Amino acid sequence: MSSIKDISRRDFIKATGAGLFLAGLHCTLPLPAWAFTANTGIKPTAPKSRYDLTIGYSPIRIDGRKATATGINGTVPGPLVHLREGDDVILNVTNRLMDTEHASIHWHGILVPFRMDGVPGVNFRGIPPGDTYEYRYRVKQAGSYWYHSHSRFQEQTGAYGPLIIDPKDGDPFDYDRDYPVVLSDWSFEDPETIFRHVNLMDHYYNFQRRTLWDFFGDVSKRGFKDTVGERMAWGKMRMSPVDLADVTNYTYTYLMNGHSPTMNWTGIFNPGEKIRLRFINASSTTNYDVRIPGLNMEVVMADGKAVRPVTVHEFRIGVAETYDVLVRPTRDQAFTIFAESLDRSGYARGTLAPEPGMEGPVPELRPRPVRQLEDIGMGGMVHGGMAGMNHDKMGHGNKMREHDPRIPGPKGPTPFKPDKGNPNVAMVIMNPKYLLDNPGLGLGGDGWRVLTYEDLVSTEPQPYSTTVDREMTINITANMERYMFSFDGKKFSEHPGPYLFHHNERLRLFLVNHTMMEHPIHLHGMWMQLENGASKPPFKHTILTKPGEVLSVLITPIEKGDWAFHCHLLYHMEAGMFQVVRVA
Amino acid sequence: MKTWLMILFLTLLPATVLAADKSFTNPEERDFSSHYHEGDTEPGKGERDQKYAGDAQAAAQENFGIQPIHDNEIFAVFRGDRLEYQTKEGEDILLWDVQAWVGEDYNKLWFKSEGAWLTHEEKFEGAEVELLYSRNIATFWDLQLGIRHDFRPEPSRTFAALGVQGLAPYWFEVETTGYISEDGDVSANLEAEYDLLLSQRLILQPRFQTHIAIQEVEEYGVGQGINDIVLGLRLRYEIRREFAPYVGLSWSRKLGETADLAEAEGQDIDAFSFVIGIKVWF
Repeated sequence: MSSIKDISRRDFIKATGAGLFLAGLHCTLPLPAWAFTANTGIKPTAPKSRYDLTIGYSPIRIDGRKATATGINGTVPGPLVHLREGDDVILNVTNRLMDTEHASIHWHGILVPFRMDGVPGVNFRGIPPGDTYEYRYRVKQAGSYWYHSHSRFQEQTGAYGPLIIDPKDGDPFDYDRDYPVVLSDWSFEDPETIFRHVNLMDHYYNFQRRTLWDFFGDVSKRGFKDTVGERMAWGKMRMSPVDLADVTNYTYTYLMNGHSPTMNWTGIFNPGEKIRLRFINASSTTNYDVRIPGLNMEVVMADGKAVRPVTVHEFRIGVAETYDVLVRPTRDQAFTIFAESLDRSGYARGTLAPEPGMEGPVPELRPRPVRQLEDIGMGGMVHGGMAGMNHDKMGHGNKMREHDPRIPGPKGPTPFKPDKGNPNVAMVIMNPKYLLDNPGLGLGGDGWRVLTYEDLVSTEPQPYSTTVDREMTINITANMERYMFSFDGKKFSEHPGPYLFHHNERLRLFLVNHTMMEHPIHLHGMWMQLENGASKPPFKHTILTKPGEVLSVLITPIEKGDWAFHCHLLYHMEAGMFQVVRVA
Repeated sequence: MKTWLMILFLTLLPATVLAADKSFTNPEERDFSSHYHEGDTEPGKGERDQKYAGDAQAAAQENFGIQPIHDNEIFAVFRGDRLEYQTKEGEDILLWDVQAWVGEDYNKLWFKSEGAWLTHEEKFEGAEVELLYSRNIATFWDLQLGIRHDFRPEPSRTFAALGVQGLAPYWFEVETTGYISEDGDVSANLEAEYDLLLSQRLILQPRFQTHIAIQEVEEYGVGQGINDIVLGLRLRYEIRREFAPYVGLSWSRKLGETADLAEAEGQDIDAFSFVIGIKVWF
């Protein structure tokens, strides 16, 4: 186990001597130029077709406290990689983490030949210390993306940065300023320690559990019978309705463009200007709810791909997702960009202001939400046992239940029948629900408009066949208590082999979330088009699935090879929620 | 007859704990909605749908000699669940109840030790260690198999041990183990704990423990049947998750033949004590 805290001073000095802190020279903080506070945006910087990126130990300073990060070119986040659609690009990545097995960079959401995708053990052997790997590919898309290390926990300690691609034919919308807004989470603890803590005690970082007083509060609100029934139902399953994030503000400082809330990253504007904010969730485990009190946000792109503009006041951004929004502040005042963690334990914060040093009011954190049994289709458990467990009720074998017409396909997902007692599977959702019209837990009740996945309607060309050739179901499974995470009840190392996708087939993939947590599911190397009822389904590289949810995506695997498919919560991935997809 | 029934009960004890734990993952017990299907054919082709690549490896998949995810990591932990001072009238006790394990998700090597030091008499009341192989056998349960050795009371004894440990429905931490001594005496131990949160760090823990024996073993003061019950209530404050001092109460009562044996020896059959201690893990 390598500790990021005790890297050798020699390595550090070596890296410094190699002149890797180019961006840092301009600033007292080890930050890249694009992330400086009070900067004026990245427009009109020009794209390049060649970048040299070096992953190395570099100093970081958060709220005055120093630590060592795995920065890229000496900074956290890393430099802006700015490319142009249609270009042939060369990205040289060097590993200066001398005590690691390997480093790597994965270009998140970018369609590349499989050897260029950057997952050690799937696409290449990783970059050994001291080595440089040359990534070379033709850029076939435009939009806002990001890149990050795919080696162990290097992403948690800072190896990530924004990647934006200028479209060949110009953007489908106008704007005056352009800011990447990279959200992330930083811990002064070694991620190996975090991983050990959550493995040994799943609630190690959760200090928002329900207490005896919450019980009394619920009794007075909902009555004794319902409250006891609800507690018994969760207790019977050994699940917690307030298990919303594995890692919380107990160890995290939430960052916006590398700035803590008190450091307050600020973007400058002139009143009346239209500002493009490229929200990129580069966190290891934090799903954020983003709003800018006082401003409407017009969502124009999701995961880098254009969508029909939709005006909202808040959106949830799962780990690894990106949203481009346009805002137009007309008044001469400061606005707070407020990104609350899903579990409400903390927030990242920045400011849009006409002048440096101005601050808008910072909202209070909302109360931590509680999952409802109804959310996972188990509302019946409160009153007299579980609905559907009673064999008498089943009557003539199969009770006919209405097929929700919003779940596509003639048949819906394949039912999941794990071996009884499989330690990977703590719960099976028998009647997963269509929830794409639901903004998510804790959202939608504030009197303002919150984005849902149903709002996303693609405005991009639809190059793929509309005829579905094949259907497949992948079940998202877990045993939180043991910190085991898996697909189809098998951890990565327990699968008999890669999932098989056929080259250029049109595949409908059902994802069923049998766990009590949101999982941002990411598929490398090809788009997932979310079947949300839109005639032009939106393109996604990462989809935040809700507990008890079934959703389906349409996939056309355009590149042969092996691709990673995983939950983008870093510790879930390392605990086994990872699989290889083979396109052949 | 009674003896045999009890032997049967004790042998099946681990199984009964598991049986009482109704699974939420058994689809046979649940009602599938009508639109589910077996999904083993490709639409329109009638061929078996192939979910996994045909040239799959048997072991964890790796390309280029590297395994991308190491999802069966070995961890090791030491848990001092009860390290405490018990004040009884005239007889104070230093008690330890510790466990340590090393292993991955499925297989662990488990070490347990429990015992008490009588501070006035300056001798051990009991001192036992267990070494167990632990295997994950159900969603929330581990089966444990190994040996136990009692250094005290003397003369020391060795037992074969078989038990289950895990999380019962409604969040009860349960540990139940059956033992056969080198002399063929059969006994069992059952422990259950529950955490009641008064605040995020202030936690009240009721605890229940009982010992059961099939045969009377007079030499050790063990009667046939239920030997004793121990009830505890401990209030701890988690300064950190790993470090929590506590205060509490403990009440124990010897029962049946065991109580008779104790009375014959002139011992008390029940005891009430205040406890102060720490719960740690690292």
